[in-house]
Amino acid sequence: MVDQPVRRDGIVPPAPVEGRAAARLSAPSQTRKWLPRHYVEAWLLLLPSLVLLATFTHIPIVSTLIDSFYSTPKANRPSHFVGLANYDDMFADPIFWKSFWNNVVYALGTIPVSVAIALAMAIFVNGRLPGRGLLRMAYFTPTVLPMIAVANIWLFFYTPSYGLLDQIARLFGGHATNWLGSQSTALGAIMVVTVWKEAGFFMIFYLAALQQIPPDLKEAADIEGASRFTFFRRVTWPLLMPVTLFILVNAVINAFRTVDHIFIMTGGGPDNATNVLLFHIYEIGFKFWDQGYATAMTMVLLAILAGLALVQFLTAGRKVHYQ
Amino acid sequence: MSARDRSSPLSHALETGAAWALGLFWLAPLLYAIWTAFHPALYATHFDLFAPLTLENLDRAWHAAPFARYFLNTIILVTMIVGAQCVLCTLAAFAFARFEFPGRNLLFALVLIQLMIAPEILAVANYQTVRALGFVDSLIGVALPYFTSAFGIFLLRQAFLGVPKDLEEAARIEGCGTLGVLWRVYVPLARPIYLAYGLVQVSFHWNNFLWPLIITNSVETRPLTVGLSVFSSTDQGIDWSVITAATIMTSGPLLIGFLLFQRQFVQSFMRAGIK
Repeated sequence: MVDQPVRRDGIVPPAPVEGRAAARLSAPSQTRKWLPRHYVEAWLLLLPSLVLLATFTHIPIVSTLIDSFYSTPKANRPSHFVGLANYDDMFADPIFWKSFWNNVVYALGTIPVSVAIALAMAIFVNGRLPGRGLLRMAYFTPTVLPMIAVANIWLFFYTPSYGLLDQIARLFGGHATNWLGSQSTALGAIMVVTVWKEAGFFMIFYLAALQQIPPDLKEAADIEGASRFTFFRRVTWPLLMPVTLFILVNAVINAFRTVDHIFIMTGGGPDNATNVLLFHIYEIGFKFWDQGYATAMTMVLLAILAGLALVQFLTAGRKVHYQ
Repeated sequence: MSARDRSSPLSHALETGAAWALGLFWLAPLLYAIWTAFHPALYATHFDLFAPLTLENLDRAWHAAPFARYFLNTIILVTMIVGAQCVLCTLAAFAFARFEFPGRNLLFALVLIQLMIAPEILAVANYQTVRALGFVDSLIGVALPYFTSAFGIFLLRQAFLGVPKDLEEAARIEGCGTLGVLWRVYVPLARPIYLAYGLVQVSFHWNNFLWPLIITNSVETRPLTVGLSVFSSTDQGIDWSVITAATIMTSGPLLIGFLLFQRQFVQSFMRAGIK
């Protein structure tokens, strides 16, 4: 038994039998087994996960697409095919466009800033600064807090005249500002909270990548007399490229997915100044129960994420290969 | 290393200053919230170093809403989800890592779709599914869509691919079946990944909000995040001390856990993020 050959998949083949007997024994068992045991095993192992993923990801994607061509069922009128009517409604809805552009501004405003701050944090913490353990903790702590808690804390900050921000402003002779109640500042105020919450999370990935850069590169650069900035620009930054891509993809997903703080801080207001896509989908789908329209908007979100997946596939495809 | 020592003291001082300024800015909101939570309401808007400490805010918050029940709900939810994920993702990851079967690459690609499209993005369709199953306003309804995770499958598959085949073959020869090999060889060797993944998921699901908000509708099912949002939006007006106390209270366990196991936490997030 012990010296038997073992196949790559770990299945032990039957013991070899000499001569004609071998041919007679093994050949039929190979042909008759058109469904090898390890196929079945693999599929059984996968079954629970695949059923769940199909139920809550794949089928919903398809049914969202189908539902977007149907009207919302009403008590006296069941759902019926309406063609592109939901999409027509959507394109004619100024709030949709408002939330779409808000989301774009939100993404473009938060992502570069949090990524830049995350990189700075990682470089600080990776160096030999006094108290870097404490610093790392300070940077990372917001990541552990629930977004709802973060929103509560910042809501207090932004409170007109009583909040910390206005109290500080008063010290310098400023006056009360309604940060979250004014159309011009509300989205910006929300974006600050997002950066505060996310930068520490992205820092971790940069930190992991920085620690994997071989120290001899730095030594070689020192011998060449390269400045720290040159070293960063020519060596560190290119080496961090894959991580930066990974972070960017995650940041974009988050920008369209994380709306918790909007519920607490502004409820999408004032006058939709902080409304974003997923928040608007929630309002249409679960407050006004217009699910036909909500699915059409979900398709927009899915299209954005699919585009992102495509970009990631095209750019990351050559950088990593597994196995 | 030598370069850093050689760089000018001025630039080193500047870097330290910048790092700490950023650190203070990052810590300040939380410190201020903690300060508010433990001082009488009178001092919430008037900073005074010698203000008396009090637990009254916490006490009032605790009794103003059924936080005990919310805590219980969150703990049940997180346990259910992380437990189910550990089992189901392990099985699937093992199949992808160590079995050759038709459709493997296609199925793996299909699994990875969930990395991009989380269940809450498909909230409208998923709500209909959960309603059809009769799970609206139940903890299982909140947990079910998260019982498996593409991220977990991906991560564990990577870990399993790194396990030497000889070990598995030795175990097979010793008479282990497929599940035996998985349980005795692969799972123990991937333990650090389980820890990393577990911590990330605990903190994610402790903090999850949108999907529970949609599904839950009563005190018996609401997790802490939804409970806190209901509490701070309707019940309290603008009693900041109590709201802040509730905020600190609900994030407390995670925060304390983080401070105690800071190194493991950060390393876990790091490990879970390296692809």
